Amino acid sequence: MSDIHANGSLGTGTAAGTGEAGFGDYVALLKPRVMSLVVFTALVGLLVAPVPVHPFITFTCILFIALGGGASGALNMWWDADIDQVMRRTKGRPIPAGRVQAGEALGLGLALSGLSVMMLALAANVAAGLLLGFTIFFYVVIYSMWLKRSTPQNIVIGGAAGAFPPMIGWVCATGSVSVEAVLMFLLIFMWTPPHFWALALFMNSDYEAAGVPMLTVTHGKRSTRNHILVYTILLAPVALAAGFTSIGGPVYLAISVLLNAGFLWGAWRIWRRDEAQAEADKYATEKSVFKFSLLYLFLHFSAFLLEAVLKSFGMGGW
Amino acid sequence: MALRTEHEIHQRRLGRNLGLGLVLAAFVVLVFGLTVVKVTRGDPMQAFDHSARPEMVPADAAQGAGQ
Repeated sequence: MSDIHANGSLGTGTAAGTGEAGFGDYVALLKPRVMSLVVFTALVGLLVAPVPVHPFITFTCILFIALGGGASGALNMWWDADIDQVMRRTKGRPIPAGRVQAGEALGLGLALSGLSVMMLALAANVAAGLLLGFTIFFYVVIYSMWLKRSTPQNIVIGGAAGAFPPMIGWVCATGSVSVEAVLMFLLIFMWTPPHFWALALFMNSDYEAAGVPMLTVTHGKRSTRNHILVYTILLAPVALAAGFTSIGGPVYLAISVLLNAGFLWGAWRIWRRDEAQAEADKYATEKSVFKFSLLYLFLHFSAFLLEAVLKSFGMGGW
Repeated sequence: MALRTEHEIHQRRLGRNLGLGLVLAAFVVLVFGLTVVKVTRGDPMQAFDHSARPEMVPADAAQGAGQ
């Protein structure tokens, strides 16, 4: 943290190796890209709830849910600094790059966790605050500290952490959990494994080097392809079931049918390929299915929102 | 000749301090806004200043007093 480390070679604007972080490095600790998904799904969960919420309270709730997600990201980076250093995808993160010290990430993560839980409880209700606190605990302790390095099913259980935001948004508005909130949770929960395993198929060498027991490392790529197909088949009824609740409607259902058909088609294409074919076209199918999976989730939650907007004009819903 | 104290590392510190200052200021504004919304519950807010104002009395209470 001292100027002794500073030298002329750092004049390019990079903070690498100085331990002297810029403001942007602390923002990077909060994983802003992951945060954008948290913000979007939590906002949808809050807006589609049957109880109207004041716009300023809505803004505050989403802000602190995002901050809670960011705090868990910082705690994850603190814990995973050793494996982040090994993986190509993560070695540019602030801690392995030497811009932020691990203790700083821990302090920031704990402080923001406490702040976000407390503020969400004050802005919305205690149940929402507690659910956010549980989500942070689940992501950091259950996923990062325990499951990530001990079981190839890490993604399956860990995916629950990313599935909580729309449920928290719903609880902010209603104060309780209902079948709609559970289905939004299950939609992300079931979507996460095929999404990440598609990524793992073409990022395998990274996980192998870090010693993370990703399914591709422990059971091989053939088994991973089987898992992707099975989980995508299990995902479809969950996504379609949401269409028959109060947050769904014919528009959602039509969009969901198309998206699930597309995702199933993609999973089928991944399943019928072998390694030789995948390597021949540099995992083109796996990459395209991974990209489609992002669109799949985004459009499902957009469809929930669309139904809510249509309902406000006397259309939409059943 | 005066020593040149500005270095990239000082600029970075300035950026960090400014960023933190803005975040803290935004937090104060947020808590104030939240307080106003929570206290008023969407209604106009009037402070109590120890003088009688009939418009602050709820309608049903005013009717009861008149009977």
